[in-house]
Amino acid sequence: MNRGHRHGAGSGCLGTMEVKSKFGAEFRRFSLERSKPGKFEEFYGLLQHVHKIPNVDVLVGYADIHGDLLPINNDDNYHKAVSTANPLLRIFIQKKEEADYSAFGTDTLTKKKNVLTNVLRPDNHRKKPHIVISMPQDFRPVSSIIDVDILPETHRRVRLYKYGTEKPLGFYIRDGSSVRVTPHGLEKVPGIFISRLVPGGLAQSTGLLAVNDEVLEVNGIEVSGKSLDQVTDMMIANSRNLIITVRPANQRNNVVRNSRASGSSGQSTDNSLPGHPQPAEPSFEPEDEDSEEEDLIIEGDGAPRQIPRAAPPAESLESLAQVELSFESGHNGFLPSREASSAPVASGTNAELETRAPGHKLLEEDGTIITL
Amino acid sequence: MMKFRFRRQGADPQREKLKQELFAFHKTVEHGFPNQPSALAFDPELRIMALGTRSGAVKIYGAPGVEFTGLHRDTATVTQMHFLPGQGRLLTLLDDSSLHLWEIVHHNGCAHLEEALSFQPPSRLGFDGVSAPSSLSRVTVVLLVAAGNTAALGTEGGSIFFLDVTMLTLLEGQTLSPDEVLRSVPDDYRCGKALGPVESLQGHPRDPAKILIGYSRGLLVIWNRAAQCVDHVFLGNQQLESLCWGRDGSTIVSSHSDGSYAVWSLDTSSSLTPQPTMATTPYGPFPCKAINKILWRNCESGSHFIIFSGGMPRASYGDRHCVSVLRAETLVTLDFTSRIIDFFTVHSTRPEDSFDDPQALAVLLEEELVVLDLQAPGWPAVPAPYLAPLHSSAITCSAHVANVPAKLWARIVSAGEQQSPQPASGASNWPITGGRNLAQEPSQRGLLLTGHEDGTVRFWDASGVALRPLYKLSTAGLFQTECEHADSLAQAAEDDWPPFRKVGCFDPYSDDPRLGVQKVALCKYTAQMVVAGTAGQVLVLELSDVPAEKAVSVASMDLLQDREGFTWKGHERLSPRTGPLPWPAGFQPRVLVQCLPPAAVTAVTLQAEWSLVAFGTSHGFGLFDYQRKAPVLARCTLHPNDSLAMEGPLSRVKSLKKSLRQSFRRIRKSRVSGKKRVANANSKLQEANAQLAEQACPHDVETTPVQRRIEPRSADDSLSGVVRCLCFADTFLRDAAHHGPTMWAGTNSGSVFAYALEVPAATSGGEKRPERAVEAVLGKEVQLMHRAPVVAIAVLDGRGRPLPEPYEASRDLAQAPDMQGGHAVLIASEEQFKVFTLPKVSAKTKFKLTAHEGCRVRKVALATFASVACEDYAETCLACLTNLGDVHVFSVPGLRPQVHYSCIRKEDISGIASCVFTRHGQGFYLISPSEFERFSLSARNITEPLCSLDIAWPRDGSQASQRLQESPKLSQANGTPSIMLAPQSHDGSPNPAHCKGADTPEPPEATLSPMSIDSATSADTTLDTTGDVTVEDVKDFLGSSEESERNLRNLAEDEARAHAILIK
Repeated sequence: MNRGHRHGAGSGCLGTMEVKSKFGAEFRRFSLERSKPGKFEEFYGLLQHVHKIPNVDVLVGYADIHGDLLPINNDDNYHKAVSTANPLLRIFIQKKEEADYSAFGTDTLTKKKNVLTNVLRPDNHRKKPHIVISMPQDFRPVSSIIDVDILPETHRRVRLYKYGTEKPLGFYIRDGSSVRVTPHGLEKVPGIFISRLVPGGLAQSTGLLAVNDEVLEVNGIEVSGKSLDQVTDMMIANSRNLIITVRPANQRNNVVRNSRASGSSGQSTDNSLPGHPQPAEPSFEPEDEDSEEEDLIIEGDGAPRQIPRAAPPAESLESLAQVELSFESGHNGFLPSREASSAPVASGTNAELETRAPGHKLLEEDGTIITL
Repeated sequence: MMKFRFRRQGADPQREKLKQELFAFHKTVEHGFPNQPSALAFDPELRIMALGTRSGAVKIYGAPGVEFTGLHRDTATVTQMHFLPGQGRLLTLLDDSSLHLWEIVHHNGCAHLEEALSFQPPSRLGFDGVSAPSSLSRVTVVLLVAAGNTAALGTEGGSIFFLDVTMLTLLEGQTLSPDEVLRSVPDDYRCGKALGPVESLQGHPRDPAKILIGYSRGLLVIWNRAAQCVDHVFLGNQQLESLCWGRDGSTIVSSHSDGSYAVWSLDTSSSLTPQPTMATTPYGPFPCKAINKILWRNCESGSHFIIFSGGMPRASYGDRHCVSVLRAETLVTLDFTSRIIDFFTVHSTRPEDSFDDPQALAVLLEEELVVLDLQAPGWPAVPAPYLAPLHSSAITCSAHVANVPAKLWARIVSAGEQQSPQPASGASNWPITGGRNLAQEPSQRGLLLTGHEDGTVRFWDASGVALRPLYKLSTAGLFQTECEHADSLAQAAEDDWPPFRKVGCFDPYSDDPRLGVQKVALCKYTAQMVVAGTAGQVLVLELSDVPAEKAVSVASMDLLQDREGFTWKGHERLSPRTGPLPWPAGFQPRVLVQCLPPAAVTAVTLQAEWSLVAFGTSHGFGLFDYQRKAPVLARCTLHPNDSLAMEGPLSRVKSLKKSLRQSFRRIRKSRVSGKKRVANANSKLQEANAQLAEQACPHDVETTPVQRRIEPRSADDSLSGVVRCLCFADTFLRDAAHHGPTMWAGTNSGSVFAYALEVPAATSGGEKRPERAVEAVLGKEVQLMHRAPVVAIAVLDGRGRPLPEPYEASRDLAQAPDMQGGHAVLIASEEQFKVFTLPKVSAKTKFKLTAHEGCRVRKVALATFASVACEDYAETCLACLTNLGDVHVFSVPGLRPQVHYSCIRKEDISGIASCVFTRHGQGFYLISPSEFERFSLSARNITEPLCSLDIAWPRDGSQASQRLQESPKLSQANGTPSIMLAPQSHDGSPNPAHCKGADTPEPPEATLSPMSIDSATSADTTLDTTGDVTVEDVKDFLGSSEESERNLRNLAEDEARAHAILIK
């Protein structure tokens, strides 16, 4: 819906469009045919030409309607930049060698070269226009929130992609108890909780999981009634494509689905989750998993090959609708757990009553205390 | 995509019915010796023996095959047991002073044991005006009087209470207090001291009204119940341990804490005997330990037996466990290796006989039961047909061989007989002969092999209910071990007094831990076997009917294959003895293959048709041609980064230390942070919260604050190179047109290696293949992406059936495999099962157990399940035991879950590790170091006790109605929660209960929902019903409770369950 909205906005404008391009301290202004913006390569050449930097490798960025700096490096995002520019397209050019890659930590180029729709978490309160955003091909899926449309608002289904990265998954789980609504009224039931996030680990860097989040499902299997060891084994068995459904301890960042989706740059920080159309099906179909579970067969002559599979991978389709995040958690809208400690939980039925028996001391090093 | 989500399994009622005909779970019988026995009883009329254990189990044994098992509701030690003679009833006293009455009752012609009544003495007695000292709370001794209708209970306080046994109610007003007894004792003996606890109660052999009471202080009193007066007093001054009547009632023998015993004669002229006629300290003059129990038995041939336990000289032999048997001038000190629990003699009890004439002495020890024949000269031990001490040396591995050919069976039996020559009358001498075994002669012979820590392999007859030792193979003789047996023998010989005699076979001490047997494989057609041990020794043996003296050829194979930079820091290899060695008839070694480095062998397999043996350790695997005595292949499976495996067990100890240190640090750290928290401002709030939580749900306190790290397996996990399984198969590896010998190996890190073998074909006539070298070429290498350890590999033929064992097809013992259709290989890892097509290895079917159930595979086996309904219908399925102790059954090659049952407690790690499946859907696992539990997954193939007992006791209807509670249908003795069904309700053959169940439509929810697969099991469910409970009753009961439970669950779970059974 978001993209549709944007395209609609683009098609509504006719005629030429003003472009203001900045390189270093210099500005250039020129205009473009909005209906025929041409290819990115042409635009890139045009920019080099107007700035008189024919042989300098540059990074091209533009400011979107919310004032965020977004990259232009292919036809798609170039067209998007053109279509959303209203009335002025502001271009920022940086020399490639001066660009600050290290902030993103994604120099490791991955095999994924296909176009990904990277919707970055906006942050209106902390304006850092000089943050350089890396190339989309430098991104790879690290995690995603899926099935937003079929899950209750209090739950979150997170997919962690372990493959192709040396980063550890980096989280720990523990036993605990939570309060549930049952036919007999409120009942305290044992549950599995995230107890610790390893700094620098995949789980922490996505910001989608936090300490004291209750784990409800692992790859579609409900964990209630299962022991900590069972859940551990289930997670490890699925570690290459782990889908965890959690009830976040911090319920303030929940998706409010009925509100007007505000796209990549939500108007409020509460509504920071994307409003993109989500796949109607949960993505943990066994067939789906298979794509990551190819056993390696080495024939007698020593040439390795993947086990042939019947179905083509459905990933490219799916990835369009996924949110990729590679920021450190501090950059996104998810609060570190400490901040949640003093906040009363909004919904009474979902409130958690943490067991704080003396034996639980170990957990409290980084635990959140939630009070009723 | 939707169709996958909502596809469910088990909706086919046809299949559900078939499943009921194929699968059923029962724990049938416990083999071996009960763990921690604590009490013994014998019924001389029925000739049955009862054993009680510390976990509250009661086991009754009669003739071989006659067994009854019961379990007290409370896990309390059984301290005493008394049979009501001839009635098939047993009174048990637990250490919580409760009394329980057990009955052997017949249902449909089959007997089983039930608890009829129980009696918990009131802790503080308000009745009878009896004050605190005569409280009934501590019962010390029990005596059955008046033909078993009344029990006398001696207490710690010195009082004696009387109890009506038929009702288990106290007979009030009959209580005998010590004060009453003291009145008949002279003043100078009394001297103000109490009599102490009642130490012994013995009924008069001739006059049922008279009871002999022995008090701890030494006073003996004959109490006449009829006249309510003291008949006779013996003024003993030595602290009393036990008493025994002479048969004619004119003599009493008493044993004392100072190691002496005294003989008292009953002088009718006076009611007071101040002195014993004889008192002696048999092992004096130096201080001796107490004689705990003494028996006096007279013989028709003159001179009586005195049999007593203990009494050894405190300083020199105080640590020995001895029973002394003294007859006239003959004294034998039986020297046992474990503590003596109790003993009894089998002797004549008919009142018309005036002599005991003991036939046998049975001694119950902590670890075994020893029976001596007292009528044969020299009092030899009688081999027990059951209660086999499985753990005479710790069990390190086990294997089951089904359908043993009669020829091999006879040869093994004869080898065993030559090994321990028995008197001709050996089997008939077993004195405990009560009951009749109704079970049919087993249709096939099953052999259970157990490997032990001391390097022996024991062969057990596992065909029937009683596990019978057949033959013992010792591999220790091949090696030079540090301590030789000769030393201890020489030491024993130098002292001839006391006249010690080593009895029993329990010997927990291993000479050398390297001798331990790790893996065993037996080819039942060629009588060849391979035994592999802890120090990397792989021994190929062959059965020979005659003793031989021969040298064993030794070959060593380096599994490291020039891998640099590794040093083995573990144990040395065992050095074999050189030169010709004498070998008795039985399995005689042919070749010894020594793996280098000498790490424990982790997998072994034998292909007798090709004369090949494959073996693996933590470093790699090897293939050896034992016909030509030449190595064929060695392959290192170590990951380059894996240095830990190289260093052997020593360095692992170090790392354990390290991890311990770390965990201590963590504890300390958490304590510190705990203190900090107290100082915290909102600590009060937290405490209040914590208290609230505790109040709301007190059991939550138990949940431990452990956390688990979630991290995928990495390639260089330590021990990744351990070879977990090996298999030979004649299949298509290289192309679809030609099949040939192959060998498969699976490792801990999910690697599978497949080798094509070039085995010269045997000539048509001869068994042996020509003398040409065997060659192995690596055909395929599979790396499972999930990297879980490969637990088992099996090749399936074109019809999806496992390939037959070597020689099975060629000798027409099994259907020849289908070599036309496409073969497939089943690879079972700890996390999932996968079937791959051959020769093009592509995944065909799979089931991800861990991802769905959260459990890990521990043991798998392919088993044939025969139907109870149809004589010749059978299916081959994959049986699997998980780390949670559940048994799952999957179809092959579809890998669809069929049924699952909870079998072993998940905490019982050694039980799970010891599990072994048979080819026909049964299994064994250790419930204690000394006992195998046998279970069956098959609805047809069940081995369980079926027996009857002729009970003289007339049961009247009123008795039954007075039962307090029916015992739950008993589970196994050491308390694994499960329901064992009444034995009569499923008698091997297709039985009515089952057929009925199969025809009755199940409630629709049960069949439509995948939950129905666990409808036959439930943990700790107790049934408080009276009367007969049949299989179907139990099922219905469980089904209904489960159903109601299920209704309470929300829909989401149902949906999730649907995923649980989703397979491709």
